[in-house]
Amino acid sequence: MKAVVTVFPGSNCDRDMKVALERAGCSVTMVWHKDTALPEGTDLVAVPGGFSFGDYLRCGAIAANAPILAPLRAHAERGGYVLGVCNGFQVLTEAGLLPGALLRNAGLKYICRTVGLSISTTNSVFTSAYEQDARIALPIAHHDGNYFADEATLDRLEGEGRVAMRYTDNPNGSARDIAGILSENARVLGMMPHPERAAESAHGNEDGARLFAHLTEAVLRA
Amino acid sequence: MKARVHVMLKDGVLDPQGEAIRHALGALGFSGVDGVRQGKVIELDLSDGTSDDEIARMCETLLANTVIESYRIERL
Repeated sequence: MKAVVTVFPGSNCDRDMKVALERAGCSVTMVWHKDTALPEGTDLVAVPGGFSFGDYLRCGAIAANAPILAPLRAHAERGGYVLGVCNGFQVLTEAGLLPGALLRNAGLKYICRTVGLSISTTNSVFTSAYEQDARIALPIAHHDGNYFADEATLDRLEGEGRVAMRYTDNPNGSARDIAGILSENARVLGMMPHPERAAESAHGNEDGARLFAHLTEAVLRA
Repeated sequence: MKARVHVMLKDGVLDPQGEAIRHALGALGFSGVDGVRQGKVIELDLSDGTSDDEIARMCETLLANTVIESYRIERL
């Protein structure tokens, strides 16, 4: 599987993402935010965590208007896979590829710790590695992870099975405990927790490795 | 010419920073502060003749996230 990791000034989980994808068997190319095309045959675009453009204006707002977003948007529109983690999730909401927004954490503090999650749907290549309602643990590290959308949007996301995962003990005030959501075709996932930081035994937690391994398998099979 | 763009969280969107400021004012002994909302002010130094529509497009595209924020344009 051919994966691409986008790199913005201030991205800092890009190399971790590359390593996690490579361990799962992907060939990975890094693309710079000023690039105007994705490599031929790209299956997955991963938008990594970090502080793109220093989080100036709003987290992800400036990255969401970077040149690389045009081919990323086109990739998503033709049914390509996109994974946004942490700042990547913020970029995808700012770009309108996923609904809602990530607000400042309700407790106003930057939170960096491992949290419990439950898998809310297995109906995506990103979450089908897990059982429905499976409890997993992944690290979070963010200041603005408080998921917000209006009630009608939240109802629609729940009704369409597009909530990918929820916090078991809501750390940041997110609406309906939402930690990750899917696009309508379930091929774009945005999530605040970091699966790439729980992807090998040295991390002390391999709950995230399954996401990458299964995703790679599923895309190759498709 | 200059314009000033005021960006505020929409009503109904929780503003934890505003809440923290409200608490701090109370702790300083200021009574009667029932609510605080914190926003942003962005000043634009523009070429003469920039239309209101053009400034509104700047707001819609980048300066405000209209999922959570409203904006008001003030010509200076």
